[in-house]
Amino acid sequence: MTAMPVVEANIPTKVSVRDLDFFYGQSRALKSISLPLYTNKVTAFIGPSGCGKSTLLRILNRMYDLYPRQHAEGEVLLDGENILDPGIDLNLLRSRVGMVFQKPTPFPMSIYDNIAFGIRLYEKLSRSELDGRVEAALRGAALWDEVRDKLHTSGLGLSGGQQQRLCIARTVAIHPEVILFDEPCSALDPISTAKIEELIDELSEHYTIAIVTHNMQQAARVSDFTAFMYLGDLVEFGETNNLFTAPQNKKTQDYITGRFG
Amino acid sequence: MSLYSSRRRTNVLATALCWTGTIFGLAWLVLILGALIYEGARGLTPAVFTEMTPPPGATGGLLNAIAGSLVMTTIGVLLGTPLGMLAGTYMAEYGRYSKLTMVVRFINDILLSAPSIVVGLFVYTVVVAQVGHFSGIAGALALGVLVVPVVVRTTEDMLLLVPSPLREAAAALGLPRSHMLMRVAYRAAKSGIVTGVLLAIARVSGETAPLLFTSLNNQFWSTDLNAPVSSLPVVIFQFALSPYKDWQQLAWTGALLVTIAVLLLSITARALSSQGKHK
Amino acid sequence: MEAGFNRQTRDNSVSDLAIIEAPPRAAEVDRGKVLGRMALFDFIFHNLTRASAVLVLLILGGVIFSLIYGSLPAIQAFGFGFLTTESWNPVTEKFGAVAPIYGTLVTSTIAMVIAVPLGLGIAIFLTELCPHALRRPIGVAIELLAGIPSIIYGIWGLFVLAPFLQQHVQPALISLTGDIPVLSSLFAGPPYGIGMLTAGFILAIMVLPFITSISRDVFDTVPPVLKEAASGVGCTTWEVMRYVVIPYTRVGVIGGVMLGLGRALGETMAVTFVIGNAHRVSSSLLAPGTTISATIANEFTEAVGDLYTSALIELGLILFVITFFVLAAARFMLMRIEQKSGA
Repeated sequence: MTAMPVVEANIPTKVSVRDLDFFYGQSRALKSISLPLYTNKVTAFIGPSGCGKSTLLRILNRMYDLYPRQHAEGEVLLDGENILDPGIDLNLLRSRVGMVFQKPTPFPMSIYDNIAFGIRLYEKLSRSELDGRVEAALRGAALWDEVRDKLHTSGLGLSGGQQQRLCIARTVAIHPEVILFDEPCSALDPISTAKIEELIDELSEHYTIAIVTHNMQQAARVSDFTAFMYLGDLVEFGETNNLFTAPQNKKTQDYITGRFG
Repeated sequence: MSLYSSRRRTNVLATALCWTGTIFGLAWLVLILGALIYEGARGLTPAVFTEMTPPPGATGGLLNAIAGSLVMTTIGVLLGTPLGMLAGTYMAEYGRYSKLTMVVRFINDILLSAPSIVVGLFVYTVVVAQVGHFSGIAGALALGVLVVPVVVRTTEDMLLLVPSPLREAAAALGLPRSHMLMRVAYRAAKSGIVTGVLLAIARVSGETAPLLFTSLNNQFWSTDLNAPVSSLPVVIFQFALSPYKDWQQLAWTGALLVTIAVLLLSITARALSSQGKHK
Repeated sequence: MEAGFNRQTRDNSVSDLAIIEAPPRAAEVDRGKVLGRMALFDFIFHNLTRASAVLVLLILGGVIFSLIYGSLPAIQAFGFGFLTTESWNPVTEKFGAVAPIYGTLVTSTIAMVIAVPLGLGIAIFLTELCPHALRRPIGVAIELLAGIPSIIYGIWGLFVLAPFLQQHVQPALISLTGDIPVLSSLFAGPPYGIGMLTAGFILAIMVLPFITSISRDVFDTVPPVLKEAASGVGCTTWEVMRYVVIPYTRVGVIGGVMLGLGRALGETMAVTFVIGNAHRVSSSLLAPGTTISATIANEFTEAVGDLYTSALIELGLILFVITFFVLAAARFMLMRIEQKSGA
């Protein structure tokens, strides 16, 4: 049983991962991971390819459940409730824990409908209320000014960076509590990347955020806490500033300085 | 040097053969369509659409045959399409990794290419023999059975093409699978599925063999589906093999009508599918 | 460490996040209800689709079962002799399947012999030799051939091809091969116009587009790097086809050929018009004969008596079994090429 790294005793913990193991069929991809996601803070998962960071992220909203032969053991507590429990309502979970993917995935609908779609699922709003929510979501994703005149054109007609911001707006529109970002900028140009990083920074005032990135500098720019993973193990977890300036583990040091990865 | 030139010669020869083969193949298309239009158009009068199939020696039209074909094809498509779409959905979504899907996929492919006359025998044994008489319903059922494999295949293929990130994005919003399908996947696969249905209709419109011993034929106008119903392909079959010139002419005209319908459907399907690709 | 490693705070000029507030927690209770309703629908839909898949399975099962059930009287009456008897006599109720089976196999063989090289040639033409502007139109034209219903082929064959063959081609064939030992009996007899050779020709034209389109698809799966590597060594177009493309796609091409064979075996209407409907086995290709599907199509509605009907259904069963094996083999091979290309 690995001890939960206690970094900050005063900040509330939104998600607690305890002794998490994950299996693809017979092979173990995650080994006894324990770490906290602090409320309204940004936690980054970094590490070389294959270390399990995306796997870990996708456990947090039980996305792996869509596929057979993948299962998890251990505990993941969201506000004290274990989400790995078989009795958990997955759809409800996923409405509380949103996800933004590596490849922008706008639905084949208009920009307006992409956002309204999620809202309409859970709430009955009048047309003007819905319009207001859509606008708020698009503003929140820094996309409103660019699309306000073409809300009813297809979401597929936007540029890559805009599409990704649309996906963020869509996720935010249904008011989740946690937002998971899986390498959100890897398919984008530097300008779009910068915009999204700013967005993540502001979203963290109201949402707990976890972000997987293979770009260390991005992790350093964007996150409050960082978890460094290697081959399925959690090697080190700590405040971002500390981890990057004075890492406690030699492997962390080697990765950060570019000795491998 | 001579080795090189002999290779050159082989290449030229092979190329010439391929060109010849293509022209030869295309020539058949021209010959067939040409004969069809020439012979069929000769008999294309308004009477074809307003009068019933005549007894030998009299003049007439193909109205009851056209109507019968339209009705049976429509019913067959209405029966077969939902079944095919639902089964295809199961195979691509809920049951994507299950054994049932593998078996159904294999069997569906067999049904897709199986001789249609066998389907006619099946419906004969199960429906006609039990009930004791031929009927339009039996014909429609036979056509429906032919529609199902085409729609299953297209639906499954089109749904499988929907990219996983799109599905996951819908799931990430909390959508259960059926809703994800209705709102996202079907929309994404829409043009492909419609193409499949059109192709199924095209296929079924020209089928003769399964109708021969299910709906049989009917010389007169009939609205009773529980009795034999006339259809274009069967009428063409009967009239073409007869020794009567009038009947043979009607057969050609009927053949022209069937071909036009089938080609129009195929072209529409093709146009739709390439439109979908450009999205 | 450079400055880039420190987390910087930014001004809020990018967005008006004041508009998005922390989500009201009360909304969660309502969400549970909404999701509960959706879950019920999901359950129903899930089982509906599963039931449909099972129903499709049952239909095929039904086809096989009905064929066996319908053939039982004939199987009981004739047993294995059905497969070895040539005579087909509705009056004495003695039925034998030799003539139809022979006709089916012979016409299909003729069809494949003609259609396979032709189809491959056209596929090679379309993938390599054809000028790009013509590629789509010619491809579409070939597929139009596939879309033409078989009864059209039948009627065209009867009124156009058969008379043509009878007047121009068949007499020439007969006199040309008159003295050559084996060929003379193969092309013997009066030129009827209709007959097994004609039926084989028609089948060839029908099967051609299938072989072409599957071969084309299969040829397209060859990675361009492979072809470029061969050209880079100095191979001619034909050599690239022969030494790289065809070996790579061999299994897929065979699969396509077998699919075409399956179609040829089961084809009814086109053959019925031009085969002549004679329950005989004769060595000459110019003679009339019959195929399984043509026999069923011609005689089923006039079959009097249960044994006659049952014999016809047994023919259908035999046809189904043959095509089943051919199609299963074809699917298997096409699956192999799909795996290879990583689809």
